[in-house]
Amino acid sequence: MSKLKIEDLQKINEKVRQTMLLREGNGRARITVHMGTCGIAAGARKIMDTLLKIIEEKNVKDVILTNSGCAGLCSREPMATVELVGEAPVKYVDLTEDKIHKIFVEHVQDGKIVTEYALAVGSERTH
Amino acid sequence: MRPFRANLMICGGTACVSNRSFDIKKALEKEIEKQGLDDEIQVVTTGCNGFCAAGPLMVVQPEGIFYGHLMEKDIPFLVEEHFLKGRPVKNLMYVPPETEVPIPKMNDIDFFKGQILIALRNRGLIDPEKIDEYIGREGYYGLLKVLTSMTPDEVIKEIKDSGLRGRGGAGFPTGVKWELTRAADGDLKYIVCNADEGDPGAFMDRSIIESDPHSVLEGMVIGAYAMGASQGYIYIRNEYPLALQRLLIAIDQARDYGLIGENILGSNFSFDINVTRGAGAFVCGEETALISSIEGKLGNPKPRPPYPTTSGLWGKPTNINNVETWANIPVIINRGANWYSEIGTETSKGTKVFSLVGKINNTGLVEVPMGITLNDIVNKIGGGIPDGKKFKAIQTGGPSGGCIPAEKLDLPVDYESLAKAGSMMGSGGMVVMDETTCMVDVARYFLTFTKDESCGKCTPCREGIAQLHRILTKITEGEGTMEDLELLENLANVIKDTSLCGLGKSAPNPVLTTMRYFKDEYLAHITDKKCPARVCRQLNTYVINAEICASKGHGCGVCRRECPEQAISGEKNISHIIDQEKCVKCGVCFDVCKFNAVTIE
Repeated sequence: MSKLKIEDLQKINEKVRQTMLLREGNGRARITVHMGTCGIAAGARKIMDTLLKIIEEKNVKDVILTNSGCAGLCSREPMATVELVGEAPVKYVDLTEDKIHKIFVEHVQDGKIVTEYALAVGSERTH
Repeated sequence: MRPFRANLMICGGTACVSNRSFDIKKALEKEIEKQGLDDEIQVVTTGCNGFCAAGPLMVVQPEGIFYGHLMEKDIPFLVEEHFLKGRPVKNLMYVPPETEVPIPKMNDIDFFKGQILIALRNRGLIDPEKIDEYIGREGYYGLLKVLTSMTPDEVIKEIKDSGLRGRGGAGFPTGVKWELTRAADGDLKYIVCNADEGDPGAFMDRSIIESDPHSVLEGMVIGAYAMGASQGYIYIRNEYPLALQRLLIAIDQARDYGLIGENILGSNFSFDINVTRGAGAFVCGEETALISSIEGKLGNPKPRPPYPTTSGLWGKPTNINNVETWANIPVIINRGANWYSEIGTETSKGTKVFSLVGKINNTGLVEVPMGITLNDIVNKIGGGIPDGKKFKAIQTGGPSGGCIPAEKLDLPVDYESLAKAGSMMGSGGMVVMDETTCMVDVARYFLTFTKDESCGKCTPCREGIAQLHRILTKITEGEGTMEDLELLENLANVIKDTSLCGLGKSAPNPVLTTMRYFKDEYLAHITDKKCPARVCRQLNTYVINAEICASKGHGCGVCRRECPEQAISGEKNISHIIDQEKCVKCGVCFDVCKFNAVTIE
């Protein structure tokens, strides 16, 4: 490894920034793919895989991708919830690779909810 | 680079490693590969997470879910449930003793609330063996700042303004020490990192190095720039193999990147760091003894003045700071003195790392703002005393510190308040004691340690501590007299006043504070010949409760067989009896009786 110059520190920082944001749990947006048995059977793994690819291709650093269990609406799987910081979460249903791509570009990146794929705004409350 | 959707931060501090966390890591990786998740989920070894009582442990990010007491056999189920199906596993989560309801997220656990992480800012977030991850958390940005925009005097002013005081124990203002070293005559100057942590039950410095070695290195490079030093030494004990290994890796990486060595970051400033391994003598934590040891001589202290800032290592001006002090420096530079000095109290700024051990539920490493009360540390963060027992005292400052009783639990933790109570901040060891601890015996225990660790150079320490220890042993064996109490106090004060170095000057503290706060226990040992906590066995009378022995134990005879003096007689189904004439009070009968038929009077 060659000796670092002043500007190199910033470059290294940017390179690992995404991993650090993930560990700090501080993303601008969070996408949760529901991966219960029903979700996996309906193709949730494919959705997860697509999202990982999009994030890699677009070199997005501030989006946290995670999974959770069955959301309770097994007939509409695969499902995903998109939550931007400070906004209510939105649940998307009957997802395909094309749909999640559109959701990523329009909602996650541009902040506009894709209403035609959305089930509802807001999350069920837990007590 | 394809991103991971989850990072499993598995604790690789010494406590978790000795509970097989490396095996758990291997099992995780194997299982994740088996489930085909290896390009989605990454397993990362971190330094000490702090919550050692729950180890071996792991934090799942970005969700922040905390799993403790992991075992290899749990891993297949955990991976399938949580990482494949997205259902966090409740029975591996932390369960507080009082509610018995699992708490999924790390930040909701009381132990982690109320902590402010500055010296430990990267704990559990980075792999300590990867310099890039340290840089990813703005590591070496402080160094960049001083090299590009600050003069050495400005750096010293910033540290002075921050109010940072030495975290090794004495609490000398760091900026003032730096200023003295900078002002000292001589072209060649040294800086030293004291990583010779020797207090029983203290592991702050070890954990900082294990979890974030670069924070110490960066602090040292900044210090060297400010003081005009060209060479640094880290004095670390060889008993810290994991910390040593990570430190050496970190130094190699920093040197490869040109962050230490010639022309750092392309500037004309050069500085290098060597590691000296110590053999583990307690006295080598004292700065003049430490210097002798680095020079290859016997680790004996020297009279001060001259102070190391004017004549230290090889007679050159030398600045010595402790690990935690160095680890604070990069943040203070990066975020500014004003930010730092807003944390803490009027005279004690910032945070302090403590290792919380002894009779406490949440054993571990905590970083708290100065001025927090002992009560908050013990009962909120520490989770109180196990098994519903009563709190008796807390020992701060290790064998050189004192025992603070329950009525002083509201004491704010800062340098002055602790000193006023007869104890000291010390390097940050906190040993909690409950009602089953005998305070005379505790004082004797700490004196056993300092007696063995005295280097023997000066008479008050060498002979005095041995005599204090002899008198305390006499009292615990029931041979003490009222004159002994007076003698203890006089002798302790003489040792304090006349010893050459900090070891002797502080060694009597456990005796003096226990006599001050627990006089009645001393009196019980001397006048009633009783140990109220039932610890000093020579003062106990062991008696077998005839009814329990016959009805519950049916005269099982275990005590009779185990008694080394054949002092117990009895037969099957008949209650046993101890012959007090023959009894040597070893307590074996008490320990072996399964029916609690043996009682102490």
